[in-house]
Amino acid sequence: MRIKEENPFLGIDWITVILYLILVILGWLNIYAAVYDEQHQSIFDISQKYGKQMIWIITALVIAFAILIIEADFYTVFAYGFYIVILLINIAVPFLGKEIKGSKSWFRFGDFGIQPAEFMKFATNLALAKFLSNQNLSVISTKRYKKLADYFFMYKNTFMSFLIIGIPAIVIIALQNETGLAITFASFVITLYREGLSVNFIIIGFLAVVLFILSLLIPQQYFYIVFIVFFILWFYFGKHSWKNFLIKISYIALASLFVFSSNFIYSKLQPHQRGRIDVLLGRGEINLKKEGYNVHQSKIAIGSGGLTGKGFLKGTQTKYNFVPEQDTDFIFCTVGEEWGFIGSTFVLVLFAILIIRIINLAERQRSEFSRIYGYGVASILFFHLTINVGMTIGILPVIGIPLPFFSYGGSSLWGFTILLFIFLKLDAQRLLVLR
Amino acid sequence: MNRNQKIQLAQRRYSIIIFIIIVIFLYVVRLFYLQIIDDQYKVYAQINAFEFLTEYPPRGYIYDRNGKLLVMNEPSYDLMVVPKEAKGCDTLALCEILDISKEEFINRMTKLSLPPNSPRKQSIFEKQLSVKMYAALQEKMYRFNGFFVQVRSIRKYPKPIAAHALGYIGEVSKTKAEKDPYYKEGDYIGISGIEYSYEKFLRGKKGTRIIIKDVHNREVGRFMDGKFDTLAIPGKPLYSSIDMDLQEYGEYLMKNKKGSIVAIEPSTGEILCLVSSPAYDPNLLVGGRERNKNFAKLLADTINVPLFNRATQAMYPPGSTFKLIDALIGQKDGVLFPNTVYPCARGYPPMGGRPKCHPHPTPNLEMSIQYSCNSYYSYVFKSIVENYKMWGNFQNAYQHWRDAVMSFGIGRKLNYDIPYEKPGNVPSIKYYDKVFGKGRWFASTVISLGIGQAELTAVPIQLANVMCIIANRGYYYTPHLIKGVGHEKYLDSTFKIKHYTYVTELEYYERVINGMEKVVEAGTATSAKIKDIKICGKTGTAENPHGKDHALFFAFAPKDNPKIAISVIVENSGFGGVWAAPIASLMIEKYLKGKISRPDLEKRMVEANLIKANLDYIKSGMPDKKKKQQNKNRKKSR
Repeated sequence: MRIKEENPFLGIDWITVILYLILVILGWLNIYAAVYDEQHQSIFDISQKYGKQMIWIITALVIAFAILIIEADFYTVFAYGFYIVILLINIAVPFLGKEIKGSKSWFRFGDFGIQPAEFMKFATNLALAKFLSNQNLSVISTKRYKKLADYFFMYKNTFMSFLIIGIPAIVIIALQNETGLAITFASFVITLYREGLSVNFIIIGFLAVVLFILSLLIPQQYFYIVFIVFFILWFYFGKHSWKNFLIKISYIALASLFVFSSNFIYSKLQPHQRGRIDVLLGRGEINLKKEGYNVHQSKIAIGSGGLTGKGFLKGTQTKYNFVPEQDTDFIFCTVGEEWGFIGSTFVLVLFAILIIRIINLAERQRSEFSRIYGYGVASILFFHLTINVGMTIGILPVIGIPLPFFSYGGSSLWGFTILLFIFLKLDAQRLLVLR
Repeated sequence: MNRNQKIQLAQRRYSIIIFIIIVIFLYVVRLFYLQIIDDQYKVYAQINAFEFLTEYPPRGYIYDRNGKLLVMNEPSYDLMVVPKEAKGCDTLALCEILDISKEEFINRMTKLSLPPNSPRKQSIFEKQLSVKMYAALQEKMYRFNGFFVQVRSIRKYPKPIAAHALGYIGEVSKTKAEKDPYYKEGDYIGISGIEYSYEKFLRGKKGTRIIIKDVHNREVGRFMDGKFDTLAIPGKPLYSSIDMDLQEYGEYLMKNKKGSIVAIEPSTGEILCLVSSPAYDPNLLVGGRERNKNFAKLLADTINVPLFNRATQAMYPPGSTFKLIDALIGQKDGVLFPNTVYPCARGYPPMGGRPKCHPHPTPNLEMSIQYSCNSYYSYVFKSIVENYKMWGNFQNAYQHWRDAVMSFGIGRKLNYDIPYEKPGNVPSIKYYDKVFGKGRWFASTVISLGIGQAELTAVPIQLANVMCIIANRGYYYTPHLIKGVGHEKYLDSTFKIKHYTYVTELEYYERVINGMEKVVEAGTATSAKIKDIKICGKTGTAENPHGKDHALFFAFAPKDNPKIAISVIVENSGFGGVWAAPIASLMIEKYLKGKISRPDLEKRMVEANLIKANLDYIKSGMPDKKKKQQNKNRKKSR
């Protein structure tokens, strides 16, 4: 217990902290550039978004400091507690908070707002780490499975994990109407994979996405023809037994059902969501003034940056509001326009270094809790980065989630800061944990 | 879980890291494509954010030869609107001032709100307001939110003269705008006259101001603080060769007459005046709502055809005037001498008295000009085109005659600086071969060419140029409308070249000039006589189917060291000596003396309404004409 009384920063991974600070400050400068206003030239002017972001950054640093002071045990012991309390807050928001642009996910305090959904990520990560730290997802049993229940039992832990992840996601979609934020919970698949999730799940998931996209692009009858041909070939070259036949039939039936249902799901999506998918897949007439506008303008902003960019505060597309949401979800446009290929690659590489660094830190943990939590941090950051940047460069549909540390907004900055610094604290105390 | 499995699962981190690196790499590749390979986004960004505003330079002023202002610019007012800001505007009052209906107002506003316009961008609501509208608007401007007045500059003519010479400007045509990158649709361009010929100098150079726009199309700043903006360079002033007073006086004299006056300074080729009557007030065609209305009105006047530039486009048979050229060529060819005498029996004897002539003493060369003997010049023409000794056969001789005539600037373009030049016509061998058959026409067939009739035509400016040639004794400068461009008075070198004609021998000219002097002294144009100015002239009469004959008179003065060469044509007025000669004489006096010593003559000329007289003549059944026509028919049948 000698170490505890010492400096709370002892054992902190400073490289990660410096990467974090660089990203946060770059984000701040880009917000400044994106909403730059001749009348309010000071970056510290708190009537403007960049001034507010400065306050968010300072408070985030205070929070980070507080997290580092608190004993690491606090997070492990109260993991489920965090999860339940924040989940309850999220359930309460739609009834207590204020509706902004159709989203019921905000608490407002004057000029500032808090979005509890952003804090659900670290809480879920804690709960998942807690749950998995003594479990195993891989199927390790010599027992012979006979009944369907046995098969289910085989994947019991997997399904439990899905539940821990899925409940907050469903709450956020159903009650708060924040589909984008809910989708980020899918990032935990990476953690689960590391912890032994059967590759079958990933393959099925991947195939489902591919089928979904294809079913929107190709008329359905072709699918059935392909399925039938595929089935005949498969049957002809495979083992000839009734059991095999039935299994194959049911595979085909499932796939057909999925193709059918994908169109159904698509038709049940909200019009703007359908529009976003259409834009990405190039389906039908795309109106660049309506559903195609965001991505088109975003590509223009980034594409016009060239090799070295137009220079700080010289971007015309973002500064003059051609790109919508250019300070939040589309902040990467400012990076692309003003700093060019070199600048945007630099930011991507910085993120890559941070994420891989976190994975490496996670792998050196003695405690499974810390490792799983670490993977959760890396997964969430990576997922946000992929979706957000993919959207701005037009290779993923528009999904409104922030770019970690960059996008304007207190909740997301605080959320990511808490997420990261809990891990740093866990990592700092890794040597104290008994195996 | 056993240890082995744990190690196995730990291997999965490598797949994860590789996956992350692959995704980041793909994104970098995508960025490379977007930002470096694909250029379209840079273009889009330009279209999005920049607007290249054109700064129009003021068009160059035009002065007369003495530095008096002929054409200037005047501010004109366009009513502009930003539709989005026009909420709560007093529509009714505005409609009343502009004299438009409410529906029209709504139509225009919707049109201006749609692309390429924008509800947040300023557009022209009404072009070139009248002074009355502008005054009324200014008073109530505070009630018209979103509207404001923008100043542009249009042409202004201090005196309503020289419309044909100066020309007018108008919006550039679509085809021209597509061909010439300098012009954009809606730009103004010189369409005729000096405005057309010297467009390049007058227009100046447009400047560009690059502004940055935001997403709502509002101006938010200047690109690089105007570093790449270019200033508009004003058009150069132009010094016209026109003498404003002479021009004005000419138009005054030609009131209520159809015809033209062209005066040229022989020693330079500078055009002193270019009158085409009936004319129009150039201020009618300066722009705005009124311009199109006025233009249509002028175009619709098919009786007076005011837009028609008779001085450069009307082709007349030169008539007796042409005898001067015959006389010069004949002398040069050695077939005509000062003492050559030909008989005249009130007509050309070999062909039974056709062409006809009038009673006069039997002439030698000088007298033949003085009395304008038709028979004499039929002989002269015959002797030129039947000069087999020199040319071998008729064809060659005719070709020689034609070339010689054309060297005097008739039947071909002179390439002066007034657009839409008409060449006139000296009939070619090919033409007559077609009409009569090859080898089946002779001097007698085309004998009336010798007296400037038949298919021979020339335009007034060419005939004035012939006077220059005689005044200069053998050469001319291409006539031109300007003294110079800009303060340095730049003049194209083509206007400084002496063009020599077929005849350059001084003595031949002197004989002709002596004859011309006698025309005014005691010949067919005594009405042109002025006390102490020796005028050398020649009358002419051109038959035409539109009523009375055209009266022609050509002259230069003074006889020695000529200062002015002039051609006057008064359509449908009869014999040249009655109307054309006095007008020419008044013009010469005005130019040389600056004042008129014969107010009675002036008064008679100004007050004559020859257009009306001719209309009356046509109504009465054209008695003289009919007789002539009958004679002709009889001749043909014979």
